[in-house]
Amino acid sequence: MFHIKGADFGKAGCVSLEIKDILHDLGVDLSIVRRAAIAAYEAEMNVVMYADKGEMILRLNPDIIRITIEDMGPGIKDIELAMQEGYSTATDQMREMGFGAGMGLPNIKKNADLFKLKSRVGQGTSYDIVFHLNPKEQT
Amino acid sequence: MNQYYHSIRIDTDKCDGRMKCLRSCPTQAIRIRKGKAVILEEKCIACGECITACPNDAIVALTDPFGELSKFKHTVAIPSPALYAQFGRSILPDRILEGLKKLGFDDAFDLALTCGDTSLAIEHFLEEYKGPKPLISNACPSVVRLIQVKYPQLVDHILPITLPKKLAARDIKKNKSEELGLKIEDIGTFYITPCPVKMIAIKHPSVEGGCYLDGAISISDIYGPLFSALESVDQGSYRKGLESICILGIGWAVAGGMHRSLKLENVLDVYGIPEIIKTFDDIERGKLRNIDLVVAYSCPQGCVGGSLTVENRYISYNKILRLLETLERENIEACRDKREIRERYQQKHFHMPHKYEPRPSMALDEDLGRAIKKRKKKEEIYDSLPKIDCGICGAPTCLAFAEDVVKGEAETSDCIFNVPSKFRELTGELSRELSRLLDDFGTIGEEWEGMQKKQKTGKKP
Repeated sequence: MFHIKGADFGKAGCVSLEIKDILHDLGVDLSIVRRAAIAAYEAEMNVVMYADKGEMILRLNPDIIRITIEDMGPGIKDIELAMQEGYSTATDQMREMGFGAGMGLPNIKKNADLFKLKSRVGQGTSYDIVFHLNPKEQT
Repeated sequence: MNQYYHSIRIDTDKCDGRMKCLRSCPTQAIRIRKGKAVILEEKCIACGECITACPNDAIVALTDPFGELSKFKHTVAIPSPALYAQFGRSILPDRILEGLKKLGFDDAFDLALTCGDTSLAIEHFLEEYKGPKPLISNACPSVVRLIQVKYPQLVDHILPITLPKKLAARDIKKNKSEELGLKIEDIGTFYITPCPVKMIAIKHPSVEGGCYLDGAISISDIYGPLFSALESVDQGSYRKGLESICILGIGWAVAGGMHRSLKLENVLDVYGIPEIIKTFDDIERGKLRNIDLVVAYSCPQGCVGGSLTVENRYISYNKILRLLETLERENIEACRDKREIRERYQQKHFHMPHKYEPRPSMALDEDLGRAIKKRKKKEEIYDSLPKIDCGICGAPTCLAFAEDVVKGEAETSDCIFNVPSKFRELTGELSRELSRLLDDFGTIGEEWEGMQKKQKTGKKP
């Protein structure tokens, strides 16, 4: 389990980097590592940008990789809208740093095999991201 | 052939295990085993940092000796443009090429020309490229190896344009064999190299596709003889010398030089492996997508900073930079015709015949279940270590040590901080044994004293 701190842009991306290292150590197929790294990074950045804190859990079994993230953030009002490419509620400051292009959530969906997003306004958001390991995952 | 694979060797007679290389290696590819440095081949990217760091000159690059020239009927020197930067500002490439001929080469070819061609080819390639961005320049083989080993997911980002030295060697062999009526194998092409990594492509062509180069001689080996030879080369007209320089190619030796004359705007220059690693981490997370090309050199300041160069890298960097400025000011562009290059580009003259393959380091275990267990074990071991990366165990960091232990290449007791607990365990047994002995000794002592008294009284009649 990893903890993510909100608004800590200096450390942003460290957790997804560590997840990538773990998957490398385990010999997971490279294309899956890549997709998982991007999805984990996007989710991590969402936590950093919008929430006070969050937790990322990596679970593995021989068939799937499951990354779940729970944050204690403001929540998302309209998930369907948030999933649209280009839609963003990022502040100008975030945009100046190159974030908030409205591609985060769509990007997770694009890279994951399964992506579930739950959110309650005022309580937080939870992400459930799943990757299927094909039978040839060990190279 | 296999032993050439790494182009870096450790002379175990000279190595006294002082760990300078261990600490300097950017990919943690060195271990100290039984007091001597050992290179882990699968992690080494042949950047040459360890060669510079070794105080005993125990780490050597496998380059070719001069004697190899006699094997061929016609020999051509192909110096890296970094060679031009090794001599004073007034000594221009034309004179250096003449100097090389005095050393015994039948001909010397100005590689900057081919670099210029390749620059234009890269420009064409970027214009029509639609794949994942940013592209990463393949000019530095250490960077390519770093990607293959540590960032295998990024191999698709490597620029698939053949390197100038290979193109040049291919053309030279073809043209010279036609011109002189010799067989291809009778013509020897020798690259004059600023760093050890460039040997790999030559000595182990299967790694990077076929190669028409026959050998590589290090700049540091040729510097002395060439320096003397230059004295006997007529100092021709400076202006004429300038007019022979291809502005698009001469900059390849320094960071930022490759694309300077192309006026490409969306290009990043990165140098030094630690900085490159940070940048590649970003690319891996899907950042920098708006950048067209990342030109990364493992050595500071570019090839002029290679471990087999002689001159101070900042001085050489400056020489090339001033030269570029002069050429720009004087409007000199002694490069090949741009239309001709475009035509050759369209005929796929510059495209690489093969793709770069990923070479990821081994997983902890082939079986995923066991690999997960080992990974957890690795974290446990790491948590128990002092995390000061002292290196005494022979691994560069505590984390690397934990991994070595899990892989069965080291033992936890190799860590000096684990020695006291091991020591206590052993001394516990020892002290128990000792106290038993002391008890026995006590009774023996009493007997001894008794005997002494008896003797004394006996001696005093």
